[in-house]
Amino acid sequence: MKVTIDNRVLEVEKGVTILDAAAQAGIKIPTLCHMHMHELNYANKPGACRICVVEVEGRRNLAPACKTDCTEGMVVYTHTPRVLNARRTVMELLLSNHPDECLTCVKSGRCDLQSVAIDLGIRKVSYQGATTHFEMDKSASIVRNMDKCISCRRCETACNEIQGVGALSATNRGFGAIMGTAFEKPLTDSECVNCGQCVAVCPTGALSENPHIDEVIAALNDPTKTVVVQPAPAVRVALGQEFGCEPGANVAGKMATALRQIGFDHVFDTDFAADLTIMEEGTELLGRIEKALKGDKSVKLPLMTSCCPAWVLYMEKHNPDLLAHLSSARSPQQMFGAIAKNYFAKKIGVDRKDLIVVSVMPCVAKKYECKRPEMSTNGDPDVNISITTRELARLIRQYNIDFAKLPESEFDSPLGESTGAAVIFGVTGGVIEAAARTAYEVFTKKTLGSVDFQAIRGFDGVRVATIDFNGTPIKLGIAHGLANAQKLVDLVREGKCDLHAIEVMACPGGCIDGGGQPFHRGNGEILAKRGAGLYAADADKKIRKSHENPDIQKLYKEFLGTPCSELSEQLLHTHYSKK
Amino acid sequence: MKQDNCTKEILDKVRQICAEHRNDSGELITVLHQAQHLLGYLPREIQEVVAECLRIPVASVYGVVTFYSFFTMTPKGKFPISVCMGTACYVRGSEKILNEIQRQLGIKVGETTEDGLFSLDCLRCVGACGLAPVVTIDGKVFGRLTTDKVAGILDEYRKQA
Repeated sequence: MKVTIDNRVLEVEKGVTILDAAAQAGIKIPTLCHMHMHELNYANKPGACRICVVEVEGRRNLAPACKTDCTEGMVVYTHTPRVLNARRTVMELLLSNHPDECLTCVKSGRCDLQSVAIDLGIRKVSYQGATTHFEMDKSASIVRNMDKCISCRRCETACNEIQGVGALSATNRGFGAIMGTAFEKPLTDSECVNCGQCVAVCPTGALSENPHIDEVIAALNDPTKTVVVQPAPAVRVALGQEFGCEPGANVAGKMATALRQIGFDHVFDTDFAADLTIMEEGTELLGRIEKALKGDKSVKLPLMTSCCPAWVLYMEKHNPDLLAHLSSARSPQQMFGAIAKNYFAKKIGVDRKDLIVVSVMPCVAKKYECKRPEMSTNGDPDVNISITTRELARLIRQYNIDFAKLPESEFDSPLGESTGAAVIFGVTGGVIEAAARTAYEVFTKKTLGSVDFQAIRGFDGVRVATIDFNGTPIKLGIAHGLANAQKLVDLVREGKCDLHAIEVMACPGGCIDGGGQPFHRGNGEILAKRGAGLYAADADKKIRKSHENPDIQKLYKEFLGTPCSELSEQLLHTHYSKK
Repeated sequence: MKQDNCTKEILDKVRQICAEHRNDSGELITVLHQAQHLLGYLPREIQEVVAECLRIPVASVYGVVTFYSFFTMTPKGKFPISVCMGTACYVRGSEKILNEIQRQLGIKVGETTEDGLFSLDCLRCVGACGLAPVVTIDGKVFGRLTTDKVAGILDEYRKQA
């Protein structure tokens, strides 16, 4: 059908909203609550904010563009004086109940409310009156400052529909309405699993990460401490976005240089620990499969991955009856910490208490994970401080580093060497693909023809692939987004799941869309490019199988013995309990 | 004030109500409506059971309970008082009656007295406009009320308690 928007005649399909039709024609109608990412099946369309109103010929009232479908011959104007006036009024009303603290707000420069206010040219707020105040809430991972909430409900959609966690809901009414927890409990005591997807979609500073860069700065300036750093796989394809690089650009080399300039004594890589995870988790998986093949009915299959702390906590809070399916292997962050404190510290003659391990993660749940009591030895945490990709970008700016002009450099040895299998941990399907590469060769004692398991890749919420292990079909499942994962969990509970292993990443797309990453602001293409960036990094590596990492081989030879040895079990594995 | 009246028996009744509605999450409001009749309010425990039976997050149940003014998490008094603020009652002075009741009982709208005897709410029209202003106490209608009658009526109920 034909519609006319701002005097331009457009051909659109039935059921297309004015907002989407306008976007197709390059007309960017401002929005605040609306967020639709086809790639992730995320749709928040409450029609709540009313910023997107437009004038439709023959219609008395202004129409919300996000909620109004195009009709044949419709004539729409997106910037008449009446429209602009209405938008400004809506914005001024929103701002009349919003803290006036842009200069000090964590979200400044990346805030949708601020951007739209700038675009609308708001120079004063004409309305004054009552303002709402809520108590701040801080969990290990997330800070909630609900004074800055504009009730867009994006967090509620992420928490309920994408994650199926159900910690957040619209509560109360009228002026007291707030996106809150049941009975206004703090997040820590709620169903929240710290995934941070609410933070990833929040348009304002209402939801943010619990910040930790001041602790990092203090450690770097303490002469008694040796400070090592480990950035996670997904950080390297997202950090550049904060400094004007192309989305998905792999800035691992510049990042290593930046971390060195900031003053970290050893710049290592979580990818090393990802390879180690494959050795441990892969061995555990093969052990369970071999037992099952021998007819042992007590063995728990499918094995579920345990790299993602939000997923682990989700199982502990929401499916405690199935904890035996979780791999006992610690996450790469924690394996790195354990090896750094128990192996590397000795190697360089430093007491573990004087070695500070900092992780840079795409994730806010990692902040919680490193504080779990079982991740400490005699009160000394294996990973002392975890900061997000966004916080690293802030640290780089505070240290006056011109990131774009940095030369590239390599990670340090011995905890910096990694394979292509490790770098794909950051994207959905990556962990299971990495595990398959090693498990295949260990199980069949043959060399893989191609290491690229295309059947495993992609962004479908739940994927299943069968891989032929030399006559033994091994069935693998992949889910990302916890609501998708729950579908597989339900099958396991009902005894209807014949998979051998399931990879779950809590965040849609995997760590590339973690709650600690530079904001995508609704642009799903950014995430696809980050995923492609990780697969390209894998393809570029000479060694693409974890068990061929020479430093991993050396670690087992010098220290751990074999995968799942007594020492490995003690340092690299853990246990779970109902929470 | 005693609030531990949410017994296992009550919670079983809540489960029964949910089952009568096929544990259908679409029936949440109907279920809450019926569940509130059990105790006159919806304590946390009842909301948790409803969430469990209908398989929805307890935050969503709490969201609905706190959105609709009909639902309350405050225990009702032994004698619930409702003051009609409909147009007819309002123009004939129901606000003055309301203020007098608040003054006499020392509570605001939506609250319950310390001794648990009275709770106070407003409603919109009981359909007895000819008797305006109207107040109902424990289901009994008091019409053509004046402020000077309030103290005496409340005392009558105190004697009954």
